[in-house]
Amino acid sequence: MAGSILGNRVLRKEDPKFLTTGGKYIEDLNDEPMFAGALHVTYVRSTVAHAKIINIDLSECKNAPGVVAVFTASDLGLEEEASGFNAAAKRAHLAIGKVRWVGELVAAIVTERPDQGEDATERAIIDYETLEPLIDLEHAMTSMNLIYEECGSNIVMGTVEMGMPDNTGDELFKDCEVVVKGRFMNQRVAPCPLEARGSAATWIDGRLIQWISTQHAQGVRNEVVKANKIDAEKVRIITPDVGGGFGAKISAYSEELLLGNISKNVGKPVRWRETRSESMVGLGHGRAQLQYITIGGTKEGRVTAYQLNAIQDSGGWVDVGTVLAPFMTRPMAQGVYDIEKMECRTTSVVTNTTPIVAYRGAGRPEATAAIERAMDLFAAEIGKDPVDVRRMNLIPKFMQPYATKIGHVYDVGDYGTALDKALAVAKYSEARAEQAERRKRGDKIQLGIGVSVYVEITGGVDPMQEHAKVNVLPNGRAVVYTGTSPHGQGHVTSWAMIASSETGISIEDIDVVWGDTDLVPSGGGTMGSRSLQHGGAAVQKVSIELVDEARKLAAKLLEANESDVVLDKNTGAFHVAGTPAISKSWSDIATAADTKTGLTQEGIFVASSATFPFGSHVAIVEVDTETGQVKHRRHIACDDAGKVVNPLILDGQIHGGIAQGTAQALLEEFRYDQDGNPITTNFADYTFISAAELPSIEVVHMETPTFVNPLGAKGIGESGSIGSTPAVQSAVIDALLHLGVRHIDMPTTPERVWSAIASASA
Amino acid sequence: MKVSITVNGKEHHSDVEPRTLLVHYIRETLELTGTNVGCDTSSCGACTIHLNGEAVKSCTMLAVQADGDSVTTIEGLAKDGVMHPMQTAFMENHGLQCGYCTPGMVMAAIGLLNENPKPTEEQVRMGLEGNLCRCTGYHNIVKSVLAAASSK
Ligand code: FES
Ligand code: FES
Repeated sequence: MAGSILGNRVLRKEDPKFLTTGGKYIEDLNDEPMFAGALHVTYVRSTVAHAKIINIDLSECKNAPGVVAVFTASDLGLEEEASGFNAAAKRAHLAIGKVRWVGELVAAIVTERPDQGEDATERAIIDYETLEPLIDLEHAMTSMNLIYEECGSNIVMGTVEMGMPDNTGDELFKDCEVVVKGRFMNQRVAPCPLEARGSAATWIDGRLIQWISTQHAQGVRNEVVKANKIDAEKVRIITPDVGGGFGAKISAYSEELLLGNISKNVGKPVRWRETRSESMVGLGHGRAQLQYITIGGTKEGRVTAYQLNAIQDSGGWVDVGTVLAPFMTRPMAQGVYDIEKMECRTTSVVTNTTPIVAYRGAGRPEATAAIERAMDLFAAEIGKDPVDVRRMNLIPKFMQPYATKIGHVYDVGDYGTALDKALAVAKYSEARAEQAERRKRGDKIQLGIGVSVYVEITGGVDPMQEHAKVNVLPNGRAVVYTGTSPHGQGHVTSWAMIASSETGISIEDIDVVWGDTDLVPSGGGTMGSRSLQHGGAAVQKVSIELVDEARKLAAKLLEANESDVVLDKNTGAFHVAGTPAISKSWSDIATAADTKTGLTQEGIFVASSATFPFGSHVAIVEVDTETGQVKHRRHIACDDAGKVVNPLILDGQIHGGIAQGTAQALLEEFRYDQDGNPITTNFADYTFISAAELPSIEVVHMETPTFVNPLGAKGIGESGSIGSTPAVQSAVIDALLHLGVRHIDMPTTPERVWSAIASASA
Repeated sequence: MKVSITVNGKEHHSDVEPRTLLVHYIRETLELTGTNVGCDTSSCGACTIHLNGEAVKSCTMLAVQADGDSVTTIEGLAKDGVMHPMQTAFMENHGLQCGYCTPGMVMAAIGLLNENPKPTEEQVRMGLEGNLCRCTGYHNIVKSVLAAASSK
């Protein structure tokens, strides 16, 4: 398309606000009249991991300064509700009878000022009868001390239990010349959006209006409807600016779902905000998957069999994390390889820890990490270069759907090219030569090179569709209403670009509206790298239909045949082909449609399937063999997300994902002691990755369009966190391969690296 | 306690509680909400402002300690609707995504260049170690700071 804005590095429309006055996040809404006189909610949280509640005494809290009301579960009429993923698991938004992790909510305290809540909660006296804390995943799996008694087991979901085939054990490898086994812990991490959670609720004329820092207002509305037992039209959810989510702000949490009830009880608007320390145990965690792998094949390097047994930590509730293993990790377990025999079993287990939710990648980074580490172990075993082994086993380029052994259908793929491109920029053979030199010299600082090739699934979770509405106002400006929910992803710019490229209205004249359920009642939110391929595609489809409608009106105004009328996208005006001098602008047409509301088009884009972005990452690290210190030197990333709308935003998504993926490989882990006390509950103790620990990222572009949507776009939001983790982890291990080190679990801290070297040389 | 603090060029006389943190004074008393709070351990830098021209984390000091001082927040950077070169550099280099770290990051970056006008990439990375960002992977933030330095 001549002159299309798509594919250009367009600066973000949203930036001037963020850069001059700052965004309007939930805590910034001081002038909101609906909040006038709001009271503040603070929660009393469990301080023990697993216990029966004998008694809750809040009488002293009531005497604390500024306290207006205190509530337990029974005060609010709460009942236990079943998990949507396992009906036998039941809990209430404030604990009833039992607590199951440190940080679980026990009571709510309402005060006049936010700072008074903290003082008041300290006066709560709760008698617990402690139960065995189940922190170790494998112990919890077999223990008959149950976290949810009615489940009959701490196993709350499993592929075998759901009727999928079991792993057959060593039988699968009987024809293999070489068989290698591994045990990898894909550790628990905290998502850490820089803005912690916050929400406010008020009742106006029998309607509950709630503001919340979320990735999915429409989903939250449904949860709020359920929690308050009212009709959907009685709820309005409004999303202010959101300071990051990364999957952890998809669903609403108890803290937020209680606010409507509390507000009703106190007869005033209420607000809630959490401190970082609360957020570290209150916001869901990510990953936490223990993996047993077996890989087998020929001495030449052909992999013929691969088996993954994944044990997923669900944490203390049967939340989204429970289903990620069977429905995200398992389908992607085969990765980019053509493997004759493939098996994957997953088992999800509850423990006395913060519940696991979706976190950037959500089940796919785990699948990729498992098979990429397995490939490296296999290569090391047969003494071959890990790149050569990968090349021997990659699925060849395909532009038609490809069915994997595990039972998924990938759209398009060209994994070999992605690998070649990344290696070329990395100057792979030169790096290997330098590594050989350093090894020969016995340098203290050794070089490690890690390579990953991945495929992931995006836009693969229901609803695989999105809603859009485009309204051209009589003044010629347009407003795009979208069911996606940007919180850093730049939809204001990208959706304006898409609408502009169809309508010719300049992006400065296009506004984007989202996250208010009165204005956008239906939408799937922003998650699972779905926004562009569903939401962007919907904006495109509706814009095309809008132009068709406008052409009809223009034909009338121009007294011409509709088929003779064309839209000049450079000027945004309709005219009869060949006579551009006489034209009708969008303003003319919108006014003709309706002098007040203009012209509106609305619709839904339905995707025929998920898409499967892929790519290859190369990480080059230096490891100090005396201290175990790792320095990440270079990171090369070739990520193919199909057609690119805005390369500036694309690169930003890649960078951010790589930082989070690298953080998992090198630094971050949310830890508990054996009693279930969290020990990394703030940013001083949790080793959040900083600029000092990262190199600049070398992004290599590759565009293999998908046929699944007319934009040709796949998701990019999570690729960085999928491809980077195994590349970086493998690079650390690769630096020490010659010393006999074969595996180091993440995060590869100096301590772990040092002891791996020590035990390898012992 | 009575304090007089000049914020973004305007002198404010306020009565503050002795335990009020400077960040809360800025956000709640003056209602300048561009400055954010991201942690409770002085680790994230989202609250970074300038105190007498130097970048400081406004959650690490009390409002009363700023008595008689001059404070600049993100709202005070642009002059007559024209963005400060650092703001422009962040915009042109996509140095922000969700925007939550951004005000603090921009203030810290200006502070960094005040001390070291031509830093190397490594120096920028080390200099911004106390400012956390979860979205950008820092790549474009570092690029923004280097661009601002070279446009001087
Ligand atoms: S809020 Fe000041 S450093 Fe985090
Ligand atoms: S842009 Fe979101 S935390 Fe930095």
